[in-house]
Amino acid sequence: MLKFFPKRLFEKIIEGILFLSSTVTTLTVLLIVVFLFKEGLGIFNQRPIGKAEVIIVNRVNPVKHLNAEAIKNIYDQKITRWNELGGTKDSIILFSLDYISDYFNEDELGENFANLPNKIDSLVSNNPGIIAIINEKYWSAGFHGNKVEIDKITVWEFLSGREWFPTAQPAVQLGVFPLILGTLIVSILAIIIALPVGLATAIYMAEVAHPQIRNILKPVIELLAGIPSVVFGFFGLVVIVPFIREFFNLPVGETALAGSIVLGIMALPTIITISEDAIRNTPRDVKEASLALGANHWQTIVRVIIPYSISGITAGAILGIGRAIGETMAVLMVTGNAAVIPHSILQPVRTIPATIAAELGEAPQGGIHYQALFGLGIILFIITLIINFMVEYVSNKGKFK
Amino acid sequence: MKKNFKKYFAYSFFLVCFSCGTKQSEQSTAESIDSSKTSNGNSSTAITIKGSDTVLPLSQKMAESYMKSNPDASITVTGGGSGVGIAALEAATTDIAMSSRSLKAEEKLTLAEKNIEFEEKIIAFDALAIVVNNKNKVDRLTREQIEYIFTGKYTNWKEVGGDNVKIVVYSRESSSGTYEFFKEHVMEKKNYAPTVLNMPATGAIVQSVSQTIGAIGYIGLAYETKEVKPIAVSYDEGKTFVLPSLESAKDKSYPVSRPLFYYYSKSLAEKVKPFLDYILSVDGQKLVKEVGYVPL
Repeated sequence: MLKFFPKRLFEKIIEGILFLSSTVTTLTVLLIVVFLFKEGLGIFNQRPIGKAEVIIVNRVNPVKHLNAEAIKNIYDQKITRWNELGGTKDSIILFSLDYISDYFNEDELGENFANLPNKIDSLVSNNPGIIAIINEKYWSAGFHGNKVEIDKITVWEFLSGREWFPTAQPAVQLGVFPLILGTLIVSILAIIIALPVGLATAIYMAEVAHPQIRNILKPVIELLAGIPSVVFGFFGLVVIVPFIREFFNLPVGETALAGSIVLGIMALPTIITISEDAIRNTPRDVKEASLALGANHWQTIVRVIIPYSISGITAGAILGIGRAIGETMAVLMVTGNAAVIPHSILQPVRTIPATIAAELGEAPQGGIHYQALFGLGIILFIITLIINFMVEYVSNKGKFK
Repeated sequence: MKKNFKKYFAYSFFLVCFSCGTKQSEQSTAESIDSSKTSNGNSSTAITIKGSDTVLPLSQKMAESYMKSNPDASITVTGGGSGVGIAALEAATTDIAMSSRSLKAEEKLTLAEKNIEFEEKIIAFDALAIVVNNKNKVDRLTREQIEYIFTGKYTNWKEVGGDNVKIVVYSRESSSGTYEFFKEHVMEKKNYAPTVLNMPATGAIVQSVSQTIGAIGYIGLAYETKEVKPIAVSYDEGKTFVLPSLESAKDKSYPVSRPLFYYYSKSLAEKVKPFLDYILSVDGQKLVKEVGYVPL
């Protein structure tokens, strides 16, 4: 009976499936990375205003050149005279299509806005202080105004810019420096909080605790890993945020510290589980050799077990950072999300994952804002990639010791 | 050997099951597509609505109760934001675009270019309450004062007649329709200060304002609770101050309110008329109040 069973065929099929699934996984990962970079790198060498938009000023205006920040300050009315930008003393008159009803009624514009280009032309030529941001198609070369050059977004500006206003009209501000700083501060602080506690728990569970206590502790810690992050976030908002505000007597409790405490708690299970495994993997003969030489239990832990398992502990810590850096929902709820450069840990910060999660839903696909968020994704990807390489390096170092 | 045989058998059994399962699900989705096609073919009864997330809960509720009384009608409601809905109207992929703002000049231009004549219907009003902590002495602000607070010009409550407490400003995330509405309507299109705290949900703003003494924030009228204190607002430089309430929003004396719109192409007017009539009816406007908006 067995002789006729086409055993090889089944083996081949199973092998094929295994091969296929691993190939598909690899390809998917690669595709995601390619997609990320393709969408994100599009942000550079673009102008910070709409794709088909031009900025027009009156002929007599000597200003030929504006950057995103100046445009924002003009439309926020923080700059109100052209001489602040090296122009004449005329005060600035704002115009964009949103203001059209202030100047003309629908009859004047004609059916289907046929008169619009001429009206814009007359508006620009009659007002020496005007700045108009309009679609290219309503402008032609014969009109009485100058086009202003807009500086393009560079890699350096993107990384070092200090203002994040991706929906500002008419010119977006895409400075990610406060976001990078916020992400790093929250993550590093989280690990500073979580590492000592996690390590202590791991040592206790692996070496000190009675097996019965360990049998209770272990599932509890695993339960911690299973709690959805939004629950942590809500807990943080209702418990940790008010506590921090009262304890430090601050005007506002949504701070980097609140985010790090929540993230620290969330990173604990990773750190504890991996460190405990590393500690338990210390060979029995090494431990017993130490004890036989007259070292007591505590000396053995400090001098033998921890040095032996240090690579595993480091890996746990770094993976914990990895989780903290990528965490979104909990941080979104407790850090206040103000995109400012923090001067202390008791100030609100905005992290990269929170920014992507909060803004991607409403960013028009393919637009500048959308690409900027993918640009943030690339930065996050590079940070976690570095962390993964560090894990690889550290754990290999341990192996060959 | 026998064990292996059993294993393989089990594997192959799983495989067969799996492939059958996917096939079945494919078939069922194909069927559902077919059925939606046929219902579209019946024209007048299938309506698609797309757009503002602010109007979304209202449209959903309306569609639900409308379909209950008209079993052969099928109304599909999807969100995505006002801009998304209007873009869909331009591309003729939705019958009705719901919007929490009136059309921008550029959107009107695009519609004109595509020769789409549109109809505008206000279906309800939405009002924003500006709220502070219950312990805050301040109970009235002018529009200019609110603008200065949100653009970061004022940073202490004593500048507007309150205690010597730092102002902590809470706003929604930039993806929210309320964020844009507040920016346009109260701040005259100026940008928020970078120090403003952005919260992911209205509930989070209520929570934070209720536990932060120097806080100020804005929430939909429907969310108003006793945990936070609403501020009376003046749009005429301090002559009259109006507290937000359903009544003051309805008689339009409360200034921070906005109409919620339905936009549809004139060519589809007949198709959407029964549904629109239902919304504007007494029953429909009762639902508006239930969802938390202000009836017409």
